Order: sequence, then structure tokens, then C-alpha cells
Amino acid sequence: MGNRCAVIGIGQTKHTDKRLDVNHIGMVREACNRALEDARLSWKEIDALVIGKAPDTIEGVICPELYMAEALGMVGKPLFRVHTAGSVGGTTAIVGSELVRAGLHDKVLVVGWQKQSESDITWALSPHLPFDPPLMAGAGGFFAPHFREYIRRSGAPDYVGIKVAVKDRRHALRNPYAHLHQPTVSFEEIRNTPMLWDPLRYGETCPSSDGACAMVLSSEKYAYHGSARPAWIHATEMRSEPTIMPGRDEVNPRAGRDCAAALYKKAGITNPRKDFDCAEIYVAFSWFEPMLAETLGFAEPGEGWKLSDSGATSLDEGGDIPWNCSGGVLSSNPIGASGTLRFAEAALQVRGQAGAHQVDGARLALAHALGGASQFFAMWIVGSEKP
Amino acid sequence: MAETRKPVTVVKTPVAIQYNYSIGVGQSTFMRALREGRILGSRCPDTGKVYVPPRLTSVETASPMTELVELPDRGVVYTYCIVNIKFYDQVLEIPYAYGYIVLDGADSAIMHLIQECPVEEMRPGMRVKAVWKDPKEWTESLENIRYFKPTGEPDLPIEKIMNEIRKKSYA
Amino acid sequence: MREVAIIAFGQTPNRRRELHRNDAEMVAPVVAELLKKVGISRRDVDFTCSGSSDFLAGYSFSWVMAIDALGAWPPIQESHVEGEAAWALYEAWVKMLCQEEIEVALVYGFGRQSMSSPRDVLVLMNDPYLETPLWPDTISQAALQARALLDAGLCTERDFAEIAVRNLRHAQSNPLAQLSGQLDPDALLKTPTIASPLRKHDCPPITDGACAVLLAAGDRAHALCKRPAWIRGLAHRIDVQSLGRRDLTRSRSARLAAEAAGAIGRPIDIAELHAPFTPQDWILQRELEIPKGTVINPSGGVHQGNPMMGAGLVRFGEVAARIIRGEADRGVAHATQGPCLQQNMVGVLEAE
Repeated sequence: MGNRCAVIGIGQTKHTDKRLDVNHIGMVREACNRALEDARLSWKEIDALVIGKAPDTIEGVICPELYMAEALGMVGKPLFRVHTAGSVGGTTAIVGSELVRAGLHDKVLVVGWQKQSESDITWALSPHLPFDPPLMAGAGGFFAPHFREYIRRSGAPDYVGIKVAVKDRRHALRNPYAHLHQPTVSFEEIRNTPMLWDPLRYGETCPSSDGACAMVLSSEKYAYHGSARPAWIHATEMRSEPTIMPGRDEVNPRAGRDCAAALYKKAGITNPRKDFDCAEIYVAFSWFEPMLAETLGFAEPGEGWKLSDSGATSLDEGGDIPWNCSGGVLSSNPIGASGTLRFAEAALQVRGQAGAHQVDGARLALAHALGGASQFFAMWIVGSEKP
Repeated sequence: MAETRKPVTVVKTPVAIQYNYSIGVGQSTFMRALREGRILGSRCPDTGKVYVPPRLTSVETASPMTELVELPDRGVVYTYCIVNIKFYDQVLEIPYAYGYIVLDGADSAIMHLIQECPVEEMRPGMRVKAVWKDPKEWTESLENIRYFKPTGEPDLPIEKIMNEIRKKSYA
Repeated sequence: MREVAIIAFGQTPNRRRELHRNDAEMVAPVVAELLKKVGISRRDVDFTCSGSSDFLAGYSFSWVMAIDALGAWPPIQESHVEGEAAWALYEAWVKMLCQEEIEVALVYGFGRQSMSSPRDVLVLMNDPYLETPLWPDTISQAALQARALLDAGLCTERDFAEIAVRNLRHAQSNPLAQLSGQLDPDALLKTPTIASPLRKHDCPPITDGACAVLLAAGDRAHALCKRPAWIRGLAHRIDVQSLGRRDLTRSRSARLAAEAAGAIGRPIDIAELHAPFTPQDWILQRELEIPKGTVINPSGGVHQGNPMMGAGLVRFGEVAARIIRGEADRGVAHATQGPCLQQNMVGVLEAE
């Protein structure tokens, strides 16, 4: 584990479909400034910066952090870029924490960001290579067959996906930073949205957002420097599995099971549903919630959908294990920041800063980020007690 | 003279870069065989799994895979999806179905279109066979197969088949 | 602080064009050979990290397919940096410092720049609002830096040519070199300029390739390698990017990285400098205060082969390899990315 490390400042932008009022630098600094203010630190006091984002084809700039170095206050300091697909926001936070845990730096700024309005996102994520027949349309098209297989395997009723979408969008109404604010969202409203890739409807998919999320991570020495109590990092873990493997189970990926098991062992978690007060899990498409509930040990295989169906994961319904009180990826998805948002929202909860989407008395929270073809997992556990 | 100007919010710089892609030796072997109407896979020496398309090394064990396996153009549907969305370089009419097909004798699934099947009858375990383009049109491409269609034979127990494949995985 | 060492290094032969194999197929044999050399299996690798560029590859998530070459089953701890693989080395080193359970790490880099025009692709590594529209390619940018050195009276074009001569002379003993030979500086100076004052010999070749190193910590390094190359210091720093906002005759961040890594002021046997353009080699020698008599770029440096996105990692590998073979006791390795030596990493490697 190394030295202790805590989250002492958190900031994010209001996620939206197009930030025409700021360029890359403006958007990233907005999140960083808020995090610094929360940490009660100035740019000068930061020792290192770790920045993460998903493919550079989205903004059309190779390694944009290089041209942003000066604006990010890193001239003469160490600036590090991470790219692990969708999980990058989480990996960024983990790498940042390792700089502190290794004793190399005391105050590290981590930021994830993406300005998706600047390109055709479908092209940017999967430009058509000459040898691939164009079959799928977008990420949802990749995952939809696996959702179908989950439904078949578990016998889940087909309305569960809709319920998850409604829950997360209702949660988002409590979060002023969330991209999608749908005050009239209801079961019927989501069900009536066009079916895109059967069984996934438009209303059950994540938006495409411009946004950034930043955190200040510190050593124990500065843990009480911020405006709220520290969120101590109890454990972090990452796992990857291959893309193409005969018999690969995308529905319940082993990388996810292994990542969660290793993480829980490090932090002494034996019953995730009971031990955590809440969780921020990377659910970009509705059916990921029941599937990940099983992969991450919140429910037995085949039973994940019951967690979503019963309201257990809903803050509004007083569930015992609220998932994605922030609205989650279903409500805001600037890809490079989405993982950081999960990690930051978990920290917000245990710092008591989550405002209208606060889980009362939250002291231990789980965050998870997912990338690639359900193959990259990055997770952390934060708590209000020192580990 | 003061002139009111709107602030610049967008800078458009059109860029065109040309790339020559090479898909690699494994995929090239696959594509060349397709030109002759053949489907090839490679067998992992450690697990016995047959990969389609062939690869130079096993994904699980990194061992070189030198044994090529010829596969029939028929198989079984593992799972599938029905597309209702229009996207920018789409050539197909919606709705259309595509799925993961495990060819007889293969362990990996290939993704392809499934047609000549009413949407309500699509199901995992369905036996399918390839419908090829006219051989005169064949090139180095999986598009030589226009789509897979149901054969009408009895379904196979696909869950069992997938579990058998998973059992072969390197522990 | 936990002791971490480089215990093995491998790379593909530097060649102009890797036409047939894709990235995964290029990486796989390098990794397999490394593991075999050290006598471990892929199961013994606790953490893997790579560096590469989507834009160089021409598609998003291009590095993901390379994972399929690693035998990543059961699932592995793995990460990726966008850019030069030397930064992947840094991530692995940091992880090993704070996570005891990571005893062995694999770091690899790869790139096939021959697939497009790197001179054009890398233009996109600039400020998209004010600079990219002017289309400043890497050679022209390096030429501005060269011009700054000439105008300041710090260097002559002959100085640049001598660096190329030295690199390619050393490359003659590098079996994997793409370019090598005994060159005549006078003859070189008679060749036409590409982007004045730079000539062909001042620029790196276009190379496709993959490279990898194995790291091990403490006792594990001793168990796996007779003479590990211990990482005594490793640091990176960055300068402002815009060429108009810094002194191009210097690389402040290279200096700061060298100081932070403890690379300055102590005797060294060899130095491997990641200087794609000859004037940059001159700048780095000054910033890193490379002592006279040090053998610089015994591998031939980047002029004998430039597998982009891995060329920096190769510098670390080449220093480490010589320490492991007993040909050197102490060396400095350098890696860079960003135009005109914008971001720099410096490491000190040493035998026990």
C-alpha cells in the first residue's frame, strides 16, 4: 500500500453536450480551480499532475496535456498522462495516489477530461478500418448482444434496464453538475424512447458530454488542509483481460471478479452490499448495473437484477446500497473524466460533501471504472477513517 | 470605429492524414483464405482452443500457434442484437440483426450479420450457414460472406457449448 | 526507498518498415524472448505497462490489441500511457515503490510510423487553436531550434554533423541498427538541407519497432539477474510547449529532471540521449553536464533507429544492458517527448 494518501479537494465542471464557452484549457482549469479551492491550495503548491483522457482522436490533438503544460502550472514540474480507455479516469486517480504512496510527492492534482463535442464521437471511438465490415454502430452496439445474453442467463425481466435508467436520471436531478437533468423522467418516458440496439433503448444509454473532474490527493501531512475532512484511500486495484479470447465471458468478466476480490481482500471487505454505504459504479448502459452487481460481488450470479428491481440501489427509494447517487455515467459521460467522477463522487460521499445526493452518514464508499470491451477495471475504496 | 464582433468559439482546422494499415500475419492468412472461399482458424497448443481468425500466438498463453484448422461455413448463434439506429457509414437497411457465431469446430465466435430470419425467431442456439457472394466478387474480406442464415436444423445447446469452451481456458 | 532494477532489455531489429506484422505480432516475440532470457513465465510478471500513440497507429485504442499478445490470462494488472514508453517505465517504477506485491514488471513500447507520414501526424501534437493551423512539422520545429543555436554562436553546423558521425560510428557495433557507418562530416555538410539548417543526417530515420524491459525489485532482482542495473534516480519535468515562449537553445526541463534524478556532478561511463535531432544532442550534453570522456550513445542513439514511442525506453534499455553485461558500471539514460525537448525524463542506472 505504501504511505497513506487522502483526497483533500474535489472539483468538476457542469457536464454538458457542448462547452462552447471554454477551450480545453478553460474547461480543465475550471475543474482544477474548484478542486484547489476545496483543498485550500494554490496552483504553485501542487507538486505533480496526473492527467487522463480517452482517445486523442476525440479532440484531434495528440497528447493535449503537452500544450496545456503551462496553463496547468506544470512548467518545471512532473506532468504525466494516462490512457486506459474508459477506465482511464480511475487509473488516473490510482496513478496519482501512487505518487503520494511512494513518498515521491505530497500534493498531487489528478484530472480526467474529455471534450467530446469537438468531433464525431462515433468516428473518433472507432474509425472504420479497411478490413472490418461495418456492422456495429457505436459502443452500445458492441454491448447489446452481451446484455441479451445476461437477460437470457439470469431470466431477468426485460424492464430492469429501464428501471436503472430512471433511477440514475432521478439521482442526477440532485446533482447540479450532472449533464442530463430530466425532471419528468419516468418509466414510461424511458420505455417510449427508440429502441437502438435491441434490448437497449435510447433512454438507457449514456450521453456524450464535455466535462472535467479533478481531485487533489495528499500525503498524511496535508490530509486536513482541505475544507472538509479527508477521504482516506483504503485500497486500489486494477485488472485487464484480453479483448479476443475464445470463450471470454463479457457478461461476467473475470478481470472484474478478480479486481474486486483483490481489492476487497486488501481492505478487509467481506460483504460489499453491507460493508459499503454507497457505490459509484461505471454504468454507461442500463444493463451494466445488474451485471456489475454480480461481477463485483453485490449479488450472486443470476441475482443482480433483483438488486436493481427492488430499489436497493436507489437513494430516492431509500435503498440500502445506493449506486450512482450522482446520476452516474448514464447521466454524464465525458469519457476521460467519467472514471475520475466515480472516484471523486465516492470521495465526496465520505467527506459529507455530496449535498442533495448525499447518503446520510456515508463512511465507506466504493468506486469503479470500466473500459474497453468490458476488459479494463480500475477500482478504489475510500473511507472517512484512516486505513 | 468600434465594431461589435462575436467571440470566436470554434476553430475548424480540416486535417487529412493517410494511413496504410497492415492487419498482421494472422489476419492476412484469414483474408487470403476467404478469397478462396475458405475459413481458417488456428489451434492453441496449450488449451486446444481454435481461434478464428487465426493468430500467431495464443491470447491466453502467448505460445506460438502454428496449426491451422480449416472450418466449415456453418455454426451456431451465441448471442445477437438487432440494430435500429442509423449511423454515418451504414450500408444496411434497418432493422438488421448481427450476432456472434461459433462455427462448427471453432472456439471463438465471429461477428456477422444474420438475415433471412424474422426478428421474433432470432434466438441463441440457432443453427446458421453462410450465404456467400458470387465467387467472381470475392476479395480478401469477410464481406465475401454476405450474411448467415438459419439452416432449419434443430437448435444446439449453446450455453453448454460455451461452458465447454470456457472449461478449456488456461487455469 | 525500495530498490528497483532493470534486469533485461529486448527490441526488434530497427527497420524502415514493418509491413507484415501488426503491433501485437511485433510485440509478442520481444516479450517472449525477454521472459525466456530471464527464465520466468508471464505468470511471474506482476504488472505490465505500455506506451504507444493512437494517432501514430491511425486508430483509437490501438494499444488494446497488443494486450492480446501478452498471454493476459488469468487477467493481469496492466496500464498504459499515451506517448513515449519511458513514461510507462516511470509508472511501473512508482508502482513498485509503493506496492510490495509487485516484484516484477514488464514495460513495452511500440510504433509503426512508416504507415503514415510522421512528419505530418506529429503536427497534431501542438496547440490546436494557434499553432496546428500553421502546420509546424517536427523537422521544421527542430530546425528553428538549430537556427537559434547557430544564431547564438553556440554551435556550428559542423558540430551537428559530428554528432551524426559519432552516432553512426557507434551504431556499427549495434547488430540491430537500421543505419550505421563511417561518415565524413565534410561530405555530410555538402548535402542539401531539408529544413535549413537541418540536413538528412541531422534527422532521425523512420523506423518501425517494438521494445521491452523487465524490472525487478530487491531480492527478486538479485535472484533473476547476476548484475541488475539499479535505478538510482528517475525523474521527469516539462517545459512550456510553445516555441516562442522559451529559450530554444536550452531545455530547462531536461536540466531539472537531471538534477532531480541525481544525474549531475558524478562520474558516469555512458549516456544514452534520446535526441531525435543532432542539435538536441548538443543541448542535452550541456543541460545534463555530461562529463568529457563519457561514451555518448554507444548504441548509436536515435540516429541508427527511431522506433517512435519506444525510442526513449530503448535508451534506458541500452544503458541497462551494458551494465548487466558488465561493460559499464554507471550510466545516464534520457527520454523526451513534445516538440524541441519539451518534456524530458532522466534516469541514473548503476551496478551494485
